[in-house]
Amino acid sequence: MIDLQGYGWLLLKGAQLTVLVGLASMAIAVFLGLIGAWGKLAKPRAAQVVAGTYTTVIRGIPELVLILLVYYGVPTLIQDITAAAGREVIVDLNPFTAGVATIGFIYGAFATEVFRGAYLAVPKGQIEAARAMGMSAALTFRRVTLPQMWRFALPGLGNVWMVLIKATALISVIQLPELMRNADIASRATRMPFTFYFAASLLYLLITIASMILQQKAEVWASRGVRRA
Amino acid sequence: MAFDIILKSLPRLLEGTWVTIQITGLSVVIGLCLAVPLALMRVSRNRAVWMPVYGFIFYFRGTPLLVQIFLIYYGSGQFQDALAQVGLWTFFREAYFCAVLSLTLNTAAYTAEILRGAIQGVPWGEVEAARACGMSGALLYRRIILPKAFRLAWPAYTNEVVFLLQASSLVSIITLMDITGVARVIAARTFAFYELFLTAAAIYLVLVYGVIWVFRKIEYRISGHLRAAPEAADATAGM
Repeated sequence: MIDLQGYGWLLLKGAQLTVLVGLASMAIAVFLGLIGAWGKLAKPRAAQVVAGTYTTVIRGIPELVLILLVYYGVPTLIQDITAAAGREVIVDLNPFTAGVATIGFIYGAFATEVFRGAYLAVPKGQIEAARAMGMSAALTFRRVTLPQMWRFALPGLGNVWMVLIKATALISVIQLPELMRNADIASRATRMPFTFYFAASLLYLLITIASMILQQKAEVWASRGVRRA
Repeated sequence: MAFDIILKSLPRLLEGTWVTIQITGLSVVIGLCLAVPLALMRVSRNRAVWMPVYGFIFYFRGTPLLVQIFLIYYGSGQFQDALAQVGLWTFFREAYFCAVLSLTLNTAAYTAEILRGAIQGVPWGEVEAARACGMSGALLYRRIILPKAFRLAWPAYTNEVVFLLQASSLVSIITLMDITGVARVIAARTFAFYELFLTAAAIYLVLVYGVIWVFRKIEYRISGHLRAAPEAADATAGM
């Protein structure tokens, strides 16, 4: 086995934070994805334009640039704006907030496409039938559309999660002590970079494998109402 | 917004753009050359052939690119003596080499997986027909399976190239002066953070949608036989 010279716990704590950051970002991404999908499918032209611009722009910019932009750029931007208004506001973003917000915002764009596809995959006839039974639009969404959307969205959301959890490694650039950053610290202290980055990579693999297993379980759960041949 | 700083740093950002294009281009080309044999090995029925390739693909797709870059750039330092003995240290000392190497291996793994799906997606009837015509082995792959697989894989491959272009921004972390690297250095010196990162983001947007445009053109070219014949297309012109 690899000798981690007592830094094993640091890596595990980092992995814990990585999963936490991943889950928090994913929650934001799912939330934004639902809103984004609504925007893309909604009637108001403005909603379509906003949602369209969101997905087009976000998917064309590297995550690292956006993280740097949010972490370093947003506080200075707010300071500049408030200074122009004659006030002084000091904004200090912590790496966790900045990282989670940025990663969530980026993957919200990918989740938007997933939910849009999932919504369109729900047979129109069922929605019509629900409306004919007298359900309101909101009730139809909650009882008929949403439960089935999960089934169609899960494979796509699983992919988003896999990419997202790896993207969280970038938050190490703004010094959040997650797995990557802690591996960095340990490798500098011990001068054994290969050992620690390799150990970190194995932990990422472990997270990936665990996610794959959970995803399969979730897909079985979400399609429990579907008859199989 | 400090427009003068943006204007003044544009020439250096454009130099960075050239570095980004170089690194991405090199990795895409070498990565594709690696991906084709890897994909062929991956669909092999021989365990000794497909299992190592599966392991390689699984590792590179399951870990963050940043770890891979650090593993190669910083990690190689742990084996400095051994690498120096075989004369490889001169390469691994260079951030540029390490950046291209890690991006190449990364994209080779993703592309091999895309190609594997495409190769397995080639309709069996076509393979059967080719066999009936007497083709087998290398000829079958060269004439029927690979051309068809490339066409099937193209949209997914477009995405992969776009991802790689964006992922190349990570090389700025190992001191290379690509778009992101230049923006970070100038921003740290002038405190014009959002101005520079927004400009960098705009350059990436142009590059990304440029790549997508070019790849769509190629897709149009290679799928000509799937479209209606020109005279039929004329009938529906103006739609």
